[in-house]
Amino acid sequence: MSDIVKQDRGQLRIDEDECKGCGLCVEACPPKAIRLSEHLNHSGYRPAYYAGSGCTGCGICFMTCPEPGAITVLRLARPAAARQIDSKMQGAVACASN
Amino acid sequence: MPSETMCEYEVVHGRPKAFYERFERKEDLQHQTHYCPGCGHGIIHKMLARAIDELGIQDKTILVGPVGCSVFTYYYFDVGNIQAAHGRASAVATAAKRAQPGSVVISYQGDGDLSAIGSAEILHAANRGENITVIFVNNAIYSMTGGQAAPTTLLGQKSTTTPLGRHAVTEGYPLHMSELLATLQGPVYIERVGLGDNKQIVQATRAVKRALENQVRGLGFSLVEVLSPCPTIWKLPPVEAQRWVRDVMEKTYPLGVFCDRTKEAAPRPEPAPAPGLDEIPRILGVDDESLPAGNAHRMVETAANLDLRVRVAGFGGQGVLLLGEVLAEAGLDAGLEVSWLPSYGPEIRSGTSNCHVRLSRQVVDSPLVTQPTVLVAMNEPSLHKFYRSVTPGGWILYNGESYPQECGRKDVRVMTRQFTHIADELGDPRAGNMVALGALLEITGVLPDESIDGALRRLVKNPKWVELDERALARGRALVKESLAEV
Repeated sequence: MSDIVKQDRGQLRIDEDECKGCGLCVEACPPKAIRLSEHLNHSGYRPAYYAGSGCTGCGICFMTCPEPGAITVLRLARPAAARQIDSKMQGAVACASN
Repeated sequence: MPSETMCEYEVVHGRPKAFYERFERKEDLQHQTHYCPGCGHGIIHKMLARAIDELGIQDKTILVGPVGCSVFTYYYFDVGNIQAAHGRASAVATAAKRAQPGSVVISYQGDGDLSAIGSAEILHAANRGENITVIFVNNAIYSMTGGQAAPTTLLGQKSTTTPLGRHAVTEGYPLHMSELLATLQGPVYIERVGLGDNKQIVQATRAVKRALENQVRGLGFSLVEVLSPCPTIWKLPPVEAQRWVRDVMEKTYPLGVFCDRTKEAAPRPEPAPAPGLDEIPRILGVDDESLPAGNAHRMVETAANLDLRVRVAGFGGQGVLLLGEVLAEAGLDAGLEVSWLPSYGPEIRSGTSNCHVRLSRQVVDSPLVTQPTVLVAMNEPSLHKFYRSVTPGGWILYNGESYPQECGRKDVRVMTRQFTHIADELGDPRAGNMVALGALLEITGVLPDESIDGALRRLVKNPKWVELDERALARGRALVKESLAEV
């Protein structure tokens, strides 16, 4: 088990061109996984970017962001471990492993 | 290999479908809203769009946009859109909901819009319990116009119109719209939420959806007031503006549910659909079947330069306005251009009353008759007031025993009869106006009998009065014939 890279529960996509760099998502993100970049986007704002890890997929950044599609939040379809167990057990009663 | 154990990610929070793909407001920047960085409108728009998606009501939603920063909602929301005049969004939403009862109507208003210029509209829409959803965005200032004080501006808050800070003595107290509206019996749900931190934003998202759900369930009026940051006008960075909502604004405007009758509320019965346009003549009793036959717009033979200008004056209750109305209606029936302009005080009876009537072959340029060709003066004060105005060669019909000497004019013709007394002899003094009208018609001779008859039946309706009025008209005509015979 220790060999398996633990995947984050969530992922973030930030549309750099739509972002106005207000920083509300940076403030809102509970694990502090969003930052403002040093460079400017085409509108002259410092766009937010995902630090690359730590996202839980909670979606609060999405709700805090004033732009309709600047942030997209993704979540793991199913935990990786559970899927592996499923395929091996094949019909056996699945029990909650976590 | 890690790749075999990796799981797929799926989108859980993405651009709501209730937004357009591209915003065609400007040629460039079609992917962004026009709002400033950190603006609360964008956040509230997203909540609304998500709720519309989740409830599956996009194809029946009508969003009424206000005047204010959020005037451009129609560029963003892919729903039915109406842009209302300042403050009138809740009145317009009422109309939309009544006309399309199956739709979901959202009135999206700012604090300047809703609590100042639109305070009457929101009050009555709430009091009627209209089955609409109102999103009230309160940022305590007029933002679009550059930061003037609104009714919601906090005490001490500086604005361009309260440069020293709002003071209760001069500008009054911040208006608590949610609390105010919650005292009414009409609304089913009123909640104030904020955008001050994550917790508040989550609660606001729930409230917006609930306010829409209430409407979908047909329960009635729901309003969500959202305390919303305006970083630009407040002159604060977006994150600090957000904190200001929580730390400062919330002290004046406490969050919470002020009214919740959703549990006990039963779905409101849908109002009866408005009648079709083709039914309206029948409802008003002016369709072909209900109307007595008249000349029905058959053009009468009149001189091309016909321009009859009549002033009828008397005291209220003498039927002065009706006299003019019958004349104008008959003229219309005879295919002439007409106007009828009443002029009277606030009292229905007593007081003075007069009307201006024009009948012409040409388009009537002004309904005012300042120099009448015929003056009907139903009492002495009216004669005194208007006798000088009559055009030379015109007529004065005076309801009196004898014509007062001081009102004498050599260049007009005068007929003095006690129309009221004559009507009294016929059965009711109130028909004196029709005696005078009969005389006027006989003198001018421009209208066919059937047009007068039709007009009378349309306007008077009561057969008893129609009969009396017809006799009065005939008597009036006879008076003229007799007087001509005398000459």
